[in-house]
Amino acid sequence: MPEPFESEGAISGAGMGGAMDLAVAEGQTLETAPGGPDGTGPAGRPRSLWSDAWRDLRRNPVFIISALVILFLVVISLWPSLIASGNPLKCDLAKAQEGSQPGHPFGYDGQGCDVYTRTVYGARKSVTVGVCATLGVALLGSVLGGLAGFFGGFWDSLLSRITDIFFAIPVVLGGLVLLSVVTSNTVWPVIGFMVLLGWPQISRIARGSVITAKQNDYVQAARALGASNSRILLRHIAPNAIAPVIVVATIALGTYIALEATLSYLGVGLKPPTVSWGIDISAASPYIRNAPHMLLWPAGALAVTVLAFIMLGDAVRDALDPKLRS
Amino acid sequence: MGRYVVRRLLQMIPVFIGATLLIFLMVNVMGDPIAGLCGERQCDPATAAQLKKEFGLDKPVWQQYLTYMGNVFTGDFGTAFNGQKVTELMSTAFPVTIRLTIVAIIFEIVIGITLGVITGLKRGRPVDTSVLLLTLVVISVPTFVTGLLLQLLLGVEWGWIKPSVSPDANFGELIVPGLVLASVSLAYVTRLTRTSIAENRRSDYVRTAIAKGLPRRRVIVRHLLRNSLIPVITFIGTDIGALMGGAIVTERIFNIHGVGFQLYQGILRQNTQTVVGFVTVLVLVFLVANLLVDLLYAVLDPRIRYA
Repeated sequence: MPEPFESEGAISGAGMGGAMDLAVAEGQTLETAPGGPDGTGPAGRPRSLWSDAWRDLRRNPVFIISALVILFLVVISLWPSLIASGNPLKCDLAKAQEGSQPGHPFGYDGQGCDVYTRTVYGARKSVTVGVCATLGVALLGSVLGGLAGFFGGFWDSLLSRITDIFFAIPVVLGGLVLLSVVTSNTVWPVIGFMVLLGWPQISRIARGSVITAKQNDYVQAARALGASNSRILLRHIAPNAIAPVIVVATIALGTYIALEATLSYLGVGLKPPTVSWGIDISAASPYIRNAPHMLLWPAGALAVTVLAFIMLGDAVRDALDPKLRS
Repeated sequence: MGRYVVRRLLQMIPVFIGATLLIFLMVNVMGDPIAGLCGERQCDPATAAQLKKEFGLDKPVWQQYLTYMGNVFTGDFGTAFNGQKVTELMSTAFPVTIRLTIVAIIFEIVIGITLGVITGLKRGRPVDTSVLLLTLVVISVPTFVTGLLLQLLLGVEWGWIKPSVSPDANFGELIVPGLVLASVSLAYVTRLTRTSIAENRRSDYVRTAIAKGLPRRRVIVRHLLRNSLIPVITFIGTDIGALMGGAIVTERIFNIHGVGFQLYQGILRQNTQTVVGFVTVLVLVFLVANLLVDLLYAVLDPRIRYA
């Protein structure tokens, strides 16, 4: 029988810059889910914060739409040939910059490649970068932040100072400096950079959230019963402290996708012949006057993707934060 | 108050050292600065060694860092490899970026807070929903796309502005770039103000103020707004540093010769002195802005007293 969740993880800390912290920036708190007698479901079982949230999410049109968009994106990044039969690297210079034609609805880009095919194939890199960077950041950040919050003391202070240091460095600038030496053509340097500069954001949130969860009575009770630190952390604190991390990580996923495109636009992110929206937008920007379609399609795809992830994060936050309901 | 400021200033020291050291190491990883100096050709080994000695690059990194920091505190940011003093570059670049940042902050304050107050007071109404949706769209479209689109529409298609900014970069020319730079933060400020207003509207002091029979305007401006602005000011304060550092993209789109432009050039040409110098100043700006924000807290919220 799982204990009723009583999560009071306050998302605290003012996030610097980076469009990463919707939840943090709004200084909202994830409050207690109704536990006890009020929180019992139809079957009489106590509803946890999660099943409560899930019930809410299923009825939220914003969640359904954004989840469907994301599902679609994931499917086409796994199997792009499902909806685009062409080859994104097969180009015909004679057709450069031509507009929409039958069979080629988005027209051709500056190299005469089919913009539709490239836009479809571009999803893969964006989704890969976003998902991997978020997983890395969330894992590293919550482990470090959680341990620091739980044990406190010297390592906690040290971690807080390190976090401050990372917050003081502008993200795009760090990307330019670090990635300008990379010649590799894969997504890994970009992901590595995002994890390197992104983890302090999550660690700050995880730390605050663990500190709040740590003070709960059931943690004291578990300790009195002789539970080990690792058991307390994994069984009692982690499930109650993870909600803010999930919210921020979901929103951050969208912003990492945007960041990848920005870095690629500046010429230090992914590099051709990789097919990516950022690269295509960057390549199209000098011709924006004559052939705006080359820029608008990949830019539109990018915007819709980022929007879907941010809205998903927003919906999840609303569901996990009953205090906001009016 | 005085003791608090001193303590904060002391706390800034390790962060400053850490951040500049990190950048110093990153720039060192960036590659051989001498190679950039010789242009496309391979450097003659003797020349390279001589240049390395001249710039002190033959010493270990930590020693280079100490020498550099020692110089910085006497106001010497070193010389860019083209012979120009870095301070000289700064004196032309920083005023431009500061103007750009001021324009951006004004947009954030005026538009962001106004929209936030309106939506916060009309929570759940159509105005609220549409503004909220608009902020999500603005947040989702990366700045460089917003910038390119505005440049295309306002600059090229409709001819309202010049597509690129002149070297003078006076305030008038920076309005649209400033809006682009502010766009994402503007959306955050709106959402943040909205949440804060909506939360505080239900608070006791607002009910008391209304019960006293104060005019609605006074309740909103003097009571509700003053208390709701605290998180907003924190955000805007921390945003100053982020805006100045994030101006790289905006400055590149509109061809503004500010900090971002110099940094971009410095990175492309592997000009370590320029990069480290500019970043050092940016980090300082960020730290000082954060300190000022914390001090402003006490002014806005009388409950906070710094011992």
